[in-house]
Amino acid sequence: MADRKNILDLYFLDARARLIDIAAFMDRVDRANGGDDFRYDAFRAALKALESGKPDRAGKVLLAFSDPTDEPILAATTKAACGAWPGADNA
Amino acid sequence: MRYIEPHGHMVSRTTDDYQAMAMAGCQAVSEPAFWAGFDRSSVQGFYDYFCQLTQHEPRRAAMFGLPHYTWLCINPKESEDLKLADEVLAIIPEFMGSPNVLGIGEIGLNKNSRNEMLVLEKHIDLAASNDQLILVHTPHLEDKRKGTRLILDALKSDSRIRPERCIIDHVEEHTVGMVLDDGFWAGMTLYPETKCTSNRAIDILELYGNERIWMNSACDWGISVPLAVPRAAQEMKRRGSDPGQIDKVIYQNPIEFMSQSPRFTAPEGL
Ligand SMILES: [Zn+2]
Repeated sequence: MADRKNILDLYFLDARARLIDIAAFMDRVDRANGGDDFRYDAFRAALKALESGKPDRAGKVLLAFSDPTDEPILAATTKAACGAWPGADNA
Repeated sequence: MRYIEPHGHMVSRTTDDYQAMAMAGCQAVSEPAFWAGFDRSSVQGFYDYFCQLTQHEPRRAAMFGLPHYTWLCINPKESEDLKLADEVLAIIPEFMGSPNVLGIGEIGLNKNSRNEMLVLEKHIDLAASNDQLILVHTPHLEDKRKGTRLILDALKSDSRIRPERCIIDHVEEHTVGMVLDDGFWAGMTLYPETKCTSNRAIDILELYGNERIWMNSACDWGISVPLAVPRAAQEMKRRGSDPGQIDKVIYQNPIEFMSQSPRFTAPEGL
């Protein structure tokens, strides 16, 4: 079992910097013009996993961005993934 | 430190990368067939690529003292075209006897489409009929969970497939459990942004143990780090991992899996 102080010594500053980056990213999105975007909706939903107080936050964040359906799609119209599921109508 | 790079697209890398890997302790590289970053226009493009993987690249790696192994397939990104896929599948047996071929890979899914599934099933059949190991690419980002589930179901539905002879690559926190629970091997790809970071990979090892699991750089023509595996090993050390456990994950485990192919020779491990 890892020592909590040691884990914080190793990773606290890095995580702190990333958290401030996320805050700044959200401020940047808010300042920008434009409407809703499914990627940002998924992002905000994923943030809830951080406050859950439960283990497997990383897995929950990944699931928040994931296609929840189980059937193959009719045809691939693009090769790329964008990082968030656009919804059944737009997939 | 000694390690094996089990997933590196070396045709896209420079000789400087080979040199850096050898100096960092790399003892062997394994190179799955993949997408070139653009669609090949015909089966002839794949023929040339398979020649490169089985003849030219082993010579290039040998200049740095590295044994080079490979895997053959048409990758899922080019599997929407069923006619092309069938043509490529038809030439693979011609190369399967090459001394550095370990199996069929990296097969799998990209956008989880019906045609991709059909081509995946044909590759599984090809591997099963020829007693080949399988290396699987799981989809990216939002498509990974669903694609991993579909791939595992396709593998399990062929009774000839033994899970311990298949490695499911690019697992993350939301897919590693289903892969290991079904008896497959799991690969963690260390990418700066889109797959697993070193720290998350080490977390996964802490949570799931170090059996049937390896780490790779999947270095290719995109943003990737050929020395990602030794860097992760360094981070394991920093976190206080036992040296024997580090050696197991980055060296012994790849040997254990690949030794299931008679073509693989365990390196001296100096
Ligand atoms: Zn790859």
